[in-house]
Amino acid sequence: MKRDLLDRLVSARADKHPVALVTDLGTGLQTLVTDTVAHGGLGFDATDLTVIRQWLDADRSGVIEDDERRWFVQSFNAPPRLLLVGAVHIAQALAPMAVVDGFDVVVIDPRGAFATDARFPGVTIVSEWPDDALQQLRPDRRSAIVTLTHDPKLDDPALHAALRSPAFYIGSLGSRSTHAARIDRLREAGFGEADIKRIHAPVGLAIKAATPAEIATAILAQIIQVRRTDDSGGART
Amino acid sequence: MSAFATPDQILEQAAAWHAAGRKVALATVVQTWGSSPRPVGSQLAVDEAGTMVGSVSGGCIESAVVHEAQQAMRDGEPRILRFGISNEQAWAVGLACGGKIEIYVEAVV
Repeated sequence: MKRDLLDRLVSARADKHPVALVTDLGTGLQTLVTDTVAHGGLGFDATDLTVIRQWLDADRSGVIEDDERRWFVQSFNAPPRLLLVGAVHIAQALAPMAVVDGFDVVVIDPRGAFATDARFPGVTIVSEWPDDALQQLRPDRRSAIVTLTHDPKLDDPALHAALRSPAFYIGSLGSRSTHAARIDRLREAGFGEADIKRIHAPVGLAIKAATPAEIATAILAQIIQVRRTDDSGGART
Repeated sequence: MSAFATPDQILEQAAAWHAAGRKVALATVVQTWGSSPRPVGSQLAVDEAGTMVGSVSGGCIESAVVHEAQQAMRDGEPRILRFGISNEQAWAVGLACGGKIEIYVEAVV
């Protein structure tokens, strides 16, 4: 790969711009394709570009081949996001684990004593009320949202916003009785059974997790399970 | 071997090594058949000393890939490597999991 192309690829990734790297496996010629431009030594006609952009849009990587050519298309899209509501102890364990698993992590908490850079090094912190924060962050089909505060004043508005979004995963920390009370409040707020079923609670895979770090492991494992197995999420790659 | 790296960090490391004057190659999984240890698009960056970041398998074929990567750094020619249990005659190393994998190796130039 030409150094110039590698630098452009690294910079597109840093800016979270979707980009496809197309390599001619016969000649080694390569071109970077975005939604607006193509840059590199491998030339495409309009039909090729349409196909490559469709693959990028679908987050699909693989080989395109026919009698005359063999191309490898590598799609680079923005990483999936994990939006954590509550800068609590479990979030301190969950955030770095999720970063290792390739998630872009945002921690939301209006309480200044919790949401500090010292407690969450290298993670984006939004110190606003969860409904305002989620409105700005606009969770999409590649987003997971987990509420961790136990406090209805913070968790409920976050769940309302989460349920109005297409997030592929919604989880909410709390015991069965806490969740039962939460469900009653959601029903009163007008949410239906289909909405309530979207919430994973008790949150996380049932591995008898006890410590904050173990609970974080159980939550992250469940997010990955849903992401890799649930077609409705549209986020399988 | 460097510390665990996310896909972006693998590319960043390759660019950083090259910027520091080291020879660098990238290996990328382009196709897999059957059970394979890493999905298509997985990458390994290697420098001239054999320092690795990332992976293209569970460790079964990395040493062979590094060898080819170092050749690619010398001659500048990209190569396609195929590994799998059905291909033992071509390669002394194979995938114990029974899958087949095709890897594209290219120098950063």
